[in-house]
Amino acid sequence: MRGYSCVNRRLGRWVVSLPPTLFLLLFFVAPSLIMVVASFRFPGEYGGLAPLVEHGRWKLTLETYRFFFSDFIYAEIFIKSFGVALATTLICILMAYPLAWLIARSPKKHQDVMVLLAVLPFASNFLIRVYAWMIILGPQAAVARAVNSLLAAFGFEPVTLLFSPFAVLVGMVYVHLPFMILPLYTNLAKHDPALLDAAQDLGANAWRRFWKVTWPLSLPGIYSGSVLVFIPVLGMFAIPDILGGTGDILIGNLIKEQFLGTRDWPFGATLSLMLTLAVLVCAGLAAWLARRGVGRHA
Amino acid sequence: MIAGFELPDAGQILLDGNNIADIPPEKRPLHTVFQSYALFPHLTVAENVAFPLKMARRDKPTIKAKVHEALDSVHLSDRAHAYPHELSGGQKQRVALARSLVNRPRLLLLDEPLAALDAKLREEMQHELIDLQREVGITFIFVTHAQDEALALSHRIAVMNQGHIEQFDEPSKIYGFPRNRFVADFIGNTNMLEIEVAEATPTHLRLAVPGLGEIMAPAQEETRAGQKGWFTVRPEQVRIGPAQDRELKNHFCGKVRSFIYVGNVTTYTVELADGTPIDALLSNSAPGRARFFEVGDEVAVSWRHDAGVFLRE
Repeated sequence: MRGYSCVNRRLGRWVVSLPPTLFLLLFFVAPSLIMVVASFRFPGEYGGLAPLVEHGRWKLTLETYRFFFSDFIYAEIFIKSFGVALATTLICILMAYPLAWLIARSPKKHQDVMVLLAVLPFASNFLIRVYAWMIILGPQAAVARAVNSLLAAFGFEPVTLLFSPFAVLVGMVYVHLPFMILPLYTNLAKHDPALLDAAQDLGANAWRRFWKVTWPLSLPGIYSGSVLVFIPVLGMFAIPDILGGTGDILIGNLIKEQFLGTRDWPFGATLSLMLTLAVLVCAGLAAWLARRGVGRHA
Repeated sequence: MIAGFELPDAGQILLDGNNIADIPPEKRPLHTVFQSYALFPHLTVAENVAFPLKMARRDKPTIKAKVHEALDSVHLSDRAHAYPHELSGGQKQRVALARSLVNRPRLLLLDEPLAALDAKLREEMQHELIDLQREVGITFIFVTHAQDEALALSHRIAVMNQGHIEQFDEPSKIYGFPRNRFVADFIGNTNMLEIEVAEATPTHLRLAVPGLGEIMAPAQEETRAGQKGWFTVRPEQVRIGPAQDRELKNHFCGKVRSFIYVGNVTTYTVELADGTPIDALLSNSAPGRARFFEVGDEVAVSWRHDAGVFLRE
């Protein structure tokens, strides 16, 4: 009987984990491998890829990698993209923390409504929301006018808000903020309020109660929120396309340009491979950091 | 209110003669052991114990020495680098104690600290708490709903009812000489008879029990004939024996209605002629005999003339 139920359980585990495994194999591992191969191939004459085998010989090259490392501009765009992703993540932490804390501290019956409000923007289309920022930040909009009249009052030159790195950052933060709020809220809501009472009882003032108890306990929430914000921002091309100026190209735009504009697929594949590599390194780093933090109070 | 998490509507809280009612919790010279222990899950045992010292900005060597000493006193030196989730209930309890005592507060407030432990462990911790209190010499205020815990641990007990102190006394006084019906009822089991004082002399009281007759009780101050109230006598003061037809005071006949056998003792509930139940406790000290009476047996219950307390209404 025991053997039977054991087999049964193992079978059940297989049945449950098979579909997602297949899905990932088919739609993540296989395309990634195709990209790896594509990055070593020659571009086709009219875009796309040249045939892999010609006249009975393999046609593979390291040309795209040589090209990537020969021009500093690509490294520069990578660094800039990482900078934008880092800045977005930090701003999201700063903005989401008080909000998540407020939701977690609200009466239970209000919490669901507040969480719903936090994710409500997802109800409308992503592109429409980003286009809305074009209007909000546009030169005729109240925001730009107010800022410029304020600058003029202090004797500064007027600025354009739209089509600037500033607009890109605003868009990035706006779109990704809920991804920081949700994990942080989930984490903060789990905190035992008795811990803060205990800290206060043992002589900690409000400031030290936060830094010695709430903050270290919320680190796992910060880590998962950061992963959810940092990685999508790194590959994002729509927001810089719509809100950024001509100089605000990020990796996402560069890759999109190779596939749809220049039609140099091998180079696009190389770039996206580099991005995937960078993301994996970041995710590994985050997981390592989180494990060091979580392992202490799992 | 003592810890400062709730504020009094009026009045003062005096600690060593100083009013602490207006001082915020973090500045009060007292610590609390919480029911849930409230250990910091992200800190090790040693770091937990060091917390109040760090808050008081003590220097590192002092902290190290004091933490070591505190963990030693609760026998947890070997678990200093464990995290709270790796500890058993009793160990967590001891860490919470060490953390609260490490910087020698003027007072330690314990909020039902043993409620989450099983019976065996609870008794063990009771002994440890008594030893620890004697060792550190700090006043412990121990909040509990378990009356045996209160009797076992305290030097003085305050029995509270709806925010008022009903009686504040030594454990033996609380149990042996309850001041009113609430205290008598709340602490331990007791028999309660509604009576009227028939005669009060300097040596004894004669109490009239409607439907039963009269009982003799020890003399009490400020008691006069005609006063109404209750007479309380503890089950262990009530003797139970085979029915005898004797004209004695404090001697009543009845039938065994039920009994509860708990090993060392058996509590018999005897129904008197008028239906009044009287509990009598019989020690099972005779080897090999678990019970002396069966349900329905005719028995007599009696108690000494100097047993029991008259409680004024």
